[in-house]
Amino acid sequence: MADGVRPRVKAPRSAEAGEVVTIKTLISHKMESGQRKNKDGSVIPRSIINRFTCEFNGTSVLDVKMEPAISTNPYFEFEATIPEAGDMKFTWYDDDGSVYEDTKTIKVG
Amino acid sequence: MDFTRRDTLALGAGAVALTVLPFRVNAAGEDAIAEFTGGADVAEGGVNLDAPEIAENGNTVPISVSAEGASAIMVLAMGNPTPGVATFNFGELAGSQFASTRIRLAGTQDVVAIAKLADGSFAKATKNVKVTIGGCGG
Repeated sequence: MADGVRPRVKAPRSAEAGEVVTIKTLISHKMESGQRKNKDGSVIPRSIINRFTCEFNGTSVLDVKMEPAISTNPYFEFEATIPEAGDMKFTWYDDDGSVYEDTKTIKVG
Repeated sequence: MDFTRRDTLALGAGAVALTVLPFRVNAAGEDAIAEFTGGADVAEGGVNLDAPEIAENGNTVPISVSAEGASAIMVLAMGNPTPGVATFNFGELAGSQFASTRIRLAGTQDVVAIAKLADGSFAKATKNVKVTIGGCGG
C-alpha cells in the first residue's frame, strides 16, 4: 500500500427519495505516471489508482477506468440518484493490488 | 550537383516520410478510439466537454464531460505520451451523465471526449487546450 492514502468523500447526509445529489470525492495519492525520471535518469515505475467505483446499495452509480493522465490526488465530481435510504460505497483500486474504501450513509426524508 | 533519377526518387520518398511523421503521433489515440467504438462512425456534437482554453499548469487541468443518455464517455488527450485519460461508465443510479475530474496534459493539444449514446451510436467533442507548463515531468 502506498503511504498516506486517505479517501475523502463529500455526500449529503440525507436526501428526498428519487433526488439527484452531487457527490465529490478526493483521494490522496501520488499517481506516479511512469513517465518521470529520477536523478539517475532511470524511469520511476508507474504506480497509480487504475479504477474507481461508486455503488449505492449494491447498484452501480459510476465506474471509472483511470489512466496515468489523471492528476495527483484524483478528484471526481458526479451525480447520483438516491431511490431509498442506504449506503453509498466508494472503492479505489491501486496498481499494487491495494483497495481503498469509504462508505457514506444517506438517509431519506 | 547532378540528380540522377534514383536520387530524385530517394529524396521524394524522404520528403513523404517527413510529412507523414507528424500524423503518426496521433496513431495511438486513433487506435484507442477504434477500440472504444469498435470502428463505428463517430458523429460530432451530442457531448459537452468543458476544459479551460489556457491551462497554466499541465499537471492539473480541470475538465468536465457530459452527454445525455450516454452509457460511457471516454476522454483522450491526443498529445500525451499515452493518450488515454479516463473512461466513465455510468451505472443505473447515475443522476446524470456528468463527471468532472482533473487531468494531466503534456503540452498544448486537443482533448477529445467520445460518448457511447443510448442508441449505440457514438458522439465526439474536441477542445484545444493551451498548456504553459507541461505535466509529464521529465
